[in-house]
Amino acid sequence: MRCFLIILLTSFLMSCSSSDDTIEYQAIPKDLEIPQLFSNLLLPPTIPSDNPQTIEGVTLGRKLFYEPLLSGDGTQACANCHLSENSFTDSDRFSTGITGAIGTRNAMPLYNMAWNFEENFLWDGGAKSLEEQVSDPIENVIEMNNTWPNVVATLQSTSIYPELFTQAFGSSTITKELVTKAIAQFERTIISGNSRFDQYLLGDQNTVTVSEIRGFNIFMDEERGDCFHCHGSNSNPIWTDNIFHNNGLDSSFADLGLGGITGDPLDNGKFKSPSLRNLAFTAPYMHDGRFETLDEVINHYSEGLVYSETIDPLMKNIAEGGAQLTEVDKADLKAFLLSLSDPGFTINPDFQNPN
Amino acid sequence: MKKHILIIVIIIGLVSCSSDDGNQPIPDILISVTNSQNWDSENVTASDLGTTEFTDENGEILIIERLRYLISKVILTNSYGDEIEIGNYKLVDLTDNNTLNYATNIVVPPGTYTGISFVYGFNEEDNMDQVYLDLNTASWNWPEMLGGGYHFMQLDGTFTSPTNQSPLPFNYHNGTARISEGVFEQNFIRVNVDGLSIDSNTNIDIKMNLAEWFKNPKTWDLNVLNTGLMGNYDAQREMNENGQSVFSVYLGD
Repeated sequence: MRCFLIILLTSFLMSCSSSDDTIEYQAIPKDLEIPQLFSNLLLPPTIPSDNPQTIEGVTLGRKLFYEPLLSGDGTQACANCHLSENSFTDSDRFSTGITGAIGTRNAMPLYNMAWNFEENFLWDGGAKSLEEQVSDPIENVIEMNNTWPNVVATLQSTSIYPELFTQAFGSSTITKELVTKAIAQFERTIISGNSRFDQYLLGDQNTVTVSEIRGFNIFMDEERGDCFHCHGSNSNPIWTDNIFHNNGLDSSFADLGLGGITGDPLDNGKFKSPSLRNLAFTAPYMHDGRFETLDEVINHYSEGLVYSETIDPLMKNIAEGGAQLTEVDKADLKAFLLSLSDPGFTINPDFQNPN
Repeated sequence: MKKHILIIVIIIGLVSCSSDDGNQPIPDILISVTNSQNWDSENVTASDLGTTEFTDENGEILIIERLRYLISKVILTNSYGDEIEIGNYKLVDLTDNNTLNYATNIVVPPGTYTGISFVYGFNEEDNMDQVYLDLNTASWNWPEMLGGGYHFMQLDGTFTSPTNQSPLPFNYHNGTARISEGVFEQNFIRVNVDGLSIDSNTNIDIKMNLAEWFKNPKTWDLNVLNTGLMGNYDAQREMNENGQSVFSVYLGD
């Protein structure tokens, strides 16, 4: 019996040799450019096994990100609401779609998304991968208001895109899946990790001010700011936990946030903690853009907390309305938060419009 | 060439098995670990978060919103005094089944062991600032101003009491105790359980009785000690004292 098994196994292994002749198209792999601080402190970024980063895929994804043909009337690209100068959000409270309709949430800034390890994207976690996240705005009637069959047909009819898809994926046949994969590849390259505070954490003591250091200490002090439980720290320089919290904005919810996705009332009013990087470029703030300035944000956590049943226990000073920061503390905290901004990121030529 | 080598290796492996016929050794046991939680006699699971009311020793009614804690250095000791490390560390999250039940790659011979030990939190040697990338990524760090390293536990929720019917938050966070500026005290707990018989039992269940954090030996008064406890030396030490009776270990299949 054992001899028979050996012969069978040997025959099977020998028979595999014919498959060696088949050559599958492979674009050129392209590693993400990981900031030193990230590689020092964090797990490697998340790259889905079925959508590896490639030079051709990123090139195509970048072109598509800036491509207005993705919208129903050919007037809006992803980049219309996700501008590089605004850290890939825009300066409006709510963005305006191709029909003039206005959204209900503030456009999220885009960066460091490969470090969202739970892969819950959007303010409410409605997209479970970056590829899935790409899909929604294109079909959303108050955003790009297109259909995927139309997107695919439009791109397929151009003279340039079939060739670019061939280079990226080995097929000139354009599909929704390949469009979302390409854009997701580009979005994963949008990495921000070179603020003055990053440089300070890497050892350059001259990049930050005394006020900014005081602000960082307030951020890390449970008795004052206590920001670090939800917004990262010097040990987690993504500056978000990528988790959903009710941060005491409202006593009742017109927008259920995470609860609208899960259907669980205990999730009502919970929204993802945004990263605190690049706040200098991303106003207005909060999921609904209600705060026009960083001062308003700090005042909210200091004196403006509102109770509701799902408020996070980390909003611990709710009985007093907030952390009751002094004016000096507020100024220092604001200075620190702004030191997390990275002007070079917003003008990085690798992220600009290639069209 | 590689294929031929592979074939030869497989053949040798198959042929070499014949010498074991009729003389099967007693198989070693693959160890798995469960981290379970209870409030005295009641099991606590993720479905209790935000809903189930628990009454503490002092009479407050708690609702737990979040529970994460760190277990490290799980070690089996056999009768010869040899130590077998079952796991380096695990950040347990009540909402993450992968941290509540998991298989290890550790196999041990069946038999009687003199004991099992583990550390709640990190001991001083292991509690190094920023060195564990997965814990950094999980925002599990303990602020440098409080001694650095990592949280040992994050137990968040709300409570009401006979004198206060409006829910108030509590953040029962435990880690290194800060005595004064720049002066810190280790605050981990080493748990030892003696005399374990591992035969058909393959699962080590490390149980945390949450009620004990609030009652033994100190009856915890959440009206006084609810938030802002990380930098409160006395509170941190009292957590450590109450934590001594929190854990127990059971073996099962």
